[in-house]
Amino acid sequence: MRISSGIYSIRQGLKNIRRNLLFSLASIGTIVSCLFLFGVFYCIIVNFKTAMDDLENTVTVSVFFEPGISDGNIKLIGEQIRIREEVNTVEYISPEQAWETYAKETYKENYDEAMEIFAGDNPLKDSASYTISMKQLDKQAEFVKYLEGLDGVRKVSTSQAVADGVGALNSVVTFASVGIIVILLLVSIFLISNTIMIGITVRKEEIAIMKLIGATNFFVRAPFIVEGVVIGLVGSLIPLGLVYLVYDNVVSYVIGQFAVVQNLFAFVPVNELFAVLVPVSAAIGIGLGLIGSIVTTRKHLKI
Amino acid sequence: MIRLEHIKMKYPASKTYALNDVNIHIEKGEFVFIVGSSGSGKTTLMRLIMKELDPTSGKIKLDGTDYSKIKKNQIPKLRRRFGVVFQNFRLLKDRTVYENVAFAQRVVETPTRFIRRQVPAMLTLVGLADKYKSFPRQLSGGEQQRVALARALVNKPEILLCDEPTGNLDPKNSWDIMRLLEDINSKGTTVIVVTHNKEIVNMMQKRVITLKKGEIISDEQKGGYIDED
Repeated sequence: MRISSGIYSIRQGLKNIRRNLLFSLASIGTIVSCLFLFGVFYCIIVNFKTAMDDLENTVTVSVFFEPGISDGNIKLIGEQIRIREEVNTVEYISPEQAWETYAKETYKENYDEAMEIFAGDNPLKDSASYTISMKQLDKQAEFVKYLEGLDGVRKVSTSQAVADGVGALNSVVTFASVGIIVILLLVSIFLISNTIMIGITVRKEEIAIMKLIGATNFFVRAPFIVEGVVIGLVGSLIPLGLVYLVYDNVVSYVIGQFAVVQNLFAFVPVNELFAVLVPVSAAIGIGLGLIGSIVTTRKHLKI
Repeated sequence: MIRLEHIKMKYPASKTYALNDVNIHIEKGEFVFIVGSSGSGKTTLMRLIMKELDPTSGKIKLDGTDYSKIKKNQIPKLRRRFGVVFQNFRLLKDRTVYENVAFAQRVVETPTRFIRRQVPAMLTLVGLADKYKSFPRQLSGGEQQRVALARALVNKPEILLCDEPTGNLDPKNSWDIMRLLEDINSKGTTVIVVTHNKEIVNMMQKRVITLKKGEIISDEQKGGYIDED
C-alpha cells in the first residue's frame, strides 16, 4: 500500500470514529473498564503472589533421621532432596545447632548455666535435620510423602494447614480474576464488532462504489481496521493512567494509615508493575480492535 | 474486446432466465446502446460485464481473458479497466465535487500529486471547474451526472459503462451528457450505454442491441429504438 493510501485509510478510520461517536465511545468505555479491571487485578495478583512467595519461604518442611544414622547417609538424603524440582533451599541443622537454638530459646538468661550442666552431653544428639523451603507450596503434601518414603527418615514435620490455605487462596483469586477478565474481553470484542458493523452500514453506498471502481479488499477494509485499532489503543491507554493514579494513591494511603503494614508486607513498586502492564494492556487493546474489526469486515464486507 | 458467448443467467430465487443464450461482441472503440424494457436483462448484463455476478453458464471474455479464470483478488484489477455511471448518480453526499472525483483515484491508490493535477483537468472537461467546492445537494441533476461522469473517467478507463445515464435528467441535460459521451468515445474509449431514451437512441445512429425477456431480438449498426408494443 502506498503512503498516501495509508494516510487516506487512517483519515477515513478516524472519520468513522467521529461519525458514530456514540458507539465508538461505548466501545472505548468497555475496553477501558475491561483493561482497568485487568490492571487492578494484575496489581492485586502480583502483590498477592509476592506476599505468598514471602510466606512460602517462611513455611518450611523439616526432615529428621533414624537414631544412629551415619553422616554419609544424611548427606545422601540431602543430595536426593536437593535435586527435586519443587525444592527451593535445603539447610542442614546439625544436632549441635539444634541443641544450641533450643537451649537459647528455653533457658534464655540461664543459658550458660544450662550448658555447664549438660556439658558435653547433647540431649538432642539424634535431632539432626534438614530444613527445606519449597518453590511451590501446593506440592507440599506430595513432597512430604516422598520424604517419608526415604530410607533413614524418621519424621517429617510440616505446617500443612498453612500450605493448603495459601494454595487454595491462590487458585481462587487466579480463577476469579481470569474469569472476569475473559468475560469483559468478550464483551469488548462484541461491542467493537458492533461499532464497526454500524460503520459499515453507514458507508454501504461508499463501499459499493469503491468495489465497482476497483478498490482492493485491503483498501476497503483498512479504514475499519484502523478504526478498531484506534478504539482499542485509546481504550488501553486510559485505564493505564487510571491504574497508575489509583495504585500510587492506594499504596501511599495504606502506608500512611497503617504503618504496621510496611513491616509485614512490601508493595511491588509501580514501575515494576507497569513494565509488564503497559505492553500487555496495549497489546490486548490493539488485539481486541484487530479481532473485532477483522472478524466484522470478513463477515459483513463480502468482497 | 468484450465477448459474451452463450450467456445464460438465472437468479437463485427465480424460475426464468434473466438472460438466455446471449451472444455479444463489442469491439474496441465502439459506441453501443443496449435497450429494452425493464426486466429485459439490461442491468444483469451490465453486472455480468463488471463481474459483480457470475453467469449460470456461458463465457465472458475481455481481450481474450476468460472471466471464470479470474481469481477473486484479481477482480479489482479487472474493474479498473471500466468506468461506471449510474442513473441515480451515486455520488457521496458528504463530500465535495472535488472529493467525489478524487475518491475514484484514491480507491485505485493514485499518488496525491497526480490526483491534484488530474481532478481539476477532469472537472474542466465536464464543465464544472468552478463548482469543485460544492456538495452534490447544491447541484442540479445534470451537474451531478457530470460529476459522476468525471469520476468514471478520471482513471482513464478503456470502457465506459453507463446505466441509464439520462434517466433522471431533462432533455437538455440529457443531450449535454450524450455529447460528452460521444466526445469521450471519439478519443478512443469504448462506450456502452443502457437506456430507455428512445429519442436519443434514434438520433445518435449508433449500434443498438435490443433485449427482450433475456434474449437479444435485434443487434444493428446505426440502429433505432424498437418499440415492443
